[in-house]
Amino acid sequence: MKKGISLLAGAALVALLAGSAQAADPIKIGVPGAHSGDLASYGVPSLNAAKIVAAEYNARGGIMGRQIEIVPQDDQCKPELASNAATKLLSDKVAAVMGHICSGATKAALPIYNDAKVVSISPSATTPALTKSGENPYFFRTIANDDDQATLTADFALKKLQVKKVVYLHDNGEYGKGFVENNRVQLEKAGVETVLFEAINPDAVDFSSVVRKLRRAKPDALFFGGYQPTASKLVQQMRRDHVNVPIIGPDGLKDEAFIKMAGKDAEGIYTSYPSDTSNLPAYTKAVEQHVKMFGTQPGSFFPNAYAATQALLNAIDKAQSTDTVKIMEALRSESVETPVGTIKFNAKGDPTGVGLSIYQIRNGKYVEVGHSITLN
Amino acid sequence: MDFQYFLELFFGGLTRGSIYALIALGYTLVYGIIQLINFAHGEVYMLGAFTALIVAGILGFTGFPAVGILLVAALVAVVWCAAYGYTLEKVAYKPLRGAPRLSPLISAIGMSIFLQNYVILAQTSDFVPFPRLIPEFDFLEYIDYIMGPSDLVILVTSTCTMIALTLFIHYTRMGKAMRATAQNRKMAMLLGIDADRIISLTFIIGSALAAVGGVLIASHMGQVNFNIGFLAGMKAFTAAVLGGIGSIPGAMVGGLVLGLCESFTTGYLSGNYEDVLAFGILILILIFRPDGILGKATVQKV
Repeated sequence: MKKGISLLAGAALVALLAGSAQAADPIKIGVPGAHSGDLASYGVPSLNAAKIVAAEYNARGGIMGRQIEIVPQDDQCKPELASNAATKLLSDKVAAVMGHICSGATKAALPIYNDAKVVSISPSATTPALTKSGENPYFFRTIANDDDQATLTADFALKKLQVKKVVYLHDNGEYGKGFVENNRVQLEKAGVETVLFEAINPDAVDFSSVVRKLRRAKPDALFFGGYQPTASKLVQQMRRDHVNVPIIGPDGLKDEAFIKMAGKDAEGIYTSYPSDTSNLPAYTKAVEQHVKMFGTQPGSFFPNAYAATQALLNAIDKAQSTDTVKIMEALRSESVETPVGTIKFNAKGDPTGVGLSIYQIRNGKYVEVGHSITLN
Repeated sequence: MDFQYFLELFFGGLTRGSIYALIALGYTLVYGIIQLINFAHGEVYMLGAFTALIVAGILGFTGFPAVGILLVAALVAVVWCAAYGYTLEKVAYKPLRGAPRLSPLISAIGMSIFLQNYVILAQTSDFVPFPRLIPEFDFLEYIDYIMGPSDLVILVTSTCTMIALTLFIHYTRMGKAMRATAQNRKMAMLLGIDADRIISLTFIIGSALAAVGGVLIASHMGQVNFNIGFLAGMKAFTAAVLGGIGSIPGAMVGGLVLGLCESFTTGYLSGNYEDVLAFGILILILIFRPDGILGKATVQKV
């Protein structure tokens, strides 16, 4: 009984507050992601990006006379924490969400936003199904999905390397296998022969059998799907066994640790990765703001998160409303100049205007080889 | 058939098989003496690789030649891991000697988890590059399609190690005492053999062999990680069971057979089935011939 009274009193208080402070109510933007734990380095830069963009809007007087308030929620990139974080953000009455960071966490949180009909934009979740399944109508992202990488690499292999027969090796994981599978589908459509399509166990003590099989198949190129540690073991063994076919991998191989690990054996390897936009004025400005506000260089996914927050706030501004349908219309129709390019979103929620490029390792550095696509 | 391709796969299989054999010896020695599957054995192999990495890292600054570094690193790893093996037995197994057989087994699994996490905390959970210390041999130029320098080093080292072990077991007093303890511990003790010392010795030898395997594979693959001992340990355990657990020649044969089977499966069928085959063999052996290829059909002691 006591509880009931206090609940009633609370509700009355909320109603009172809401009534009195309607005009100055801030627009709340939820920013869930890994803010602590192992993967904090993926999530904290995004939170910083959101704070910077919000501060910029607030300095100009906010949107519709209302200030922007960033509401962080830590999910540690864990699916089970992500659904909690989503529920908390909704009970905080956020207008929209900029997050989550990891694909698994995003997948777990999306049903909750779907039920509440709240827009969310992820700067970094790349699993294709998040947009392609059609299950998440209120979801957007500012990063190319894993299928787009394959579109680029298959195109590159066909046009620049002019491959006729190809070997695909993968680590049997969703990411790695998905990458080579997508390439195979596109290349086979173009008449390229698949001479070998096989899984390797990343933990095996030795890859010599599969390397010798690959050598015997004499392919024009090797597509590798997987992460950097497996790739570095594989290339070392390949080079030692005199297999010098060009190797094409996903963005997991664009990591300085890969060069450190594989050393000179990594030379010549191609990977796909978002185009270098560091000479765009919007990019330089965003980095300068980060240095000014936090005193350090920004980390992973910062430009994508900056772009996501910009797009979101711009949409609210253009729509002059926090209504979900109006925000979504504006996201799809209004282009925004961001650190990752001038972007808007297609019907599925994937970004248009974001570039992907082929990089090659030359003299221990990743260099763009001048083959890229712009998503549309 | 394409004979050269066959040879390539054959030597590839021998290389990995001899690594399995080196580790399998540790399982089989320990099992022979105290009927315990030492599941922390794979971790000793991993510790060997890490120790060698640290030593090689330090020596790298001195400008030693690569071969010298490899030898010193391997030697330190062997001694260090022998000490680990000794301690492992004293801490995790000796207090449980009179306990039911399940208790030391669980203690072994616990040790394995402990050692992995110890390496994560003390070193790193990342993959770490291992320096390339195995030199190029000019005389291999004509056959290095079939056998590269690291394959040769692995084969020669493991063969020598296994010959040395066989000689030790057969012709020294300690070796004889080990065999006696394996046959019947109580009887051996009555005849004045210090069983505790023999058990310690077994762990020391087994761990030293695992360390050799760890150093060889680390320099062959060019990287180490806290988790490398798990799959290698499981495969070696399979090899030990395949050859007949408790039998020393059995572990060697089992390792080589498993390595060759895997290599031919990958080469002629598909790499997708490499692990399926290895563990499929384990299941079949356990069902149809639990004593393995060279194991004697013994009366169950339990």
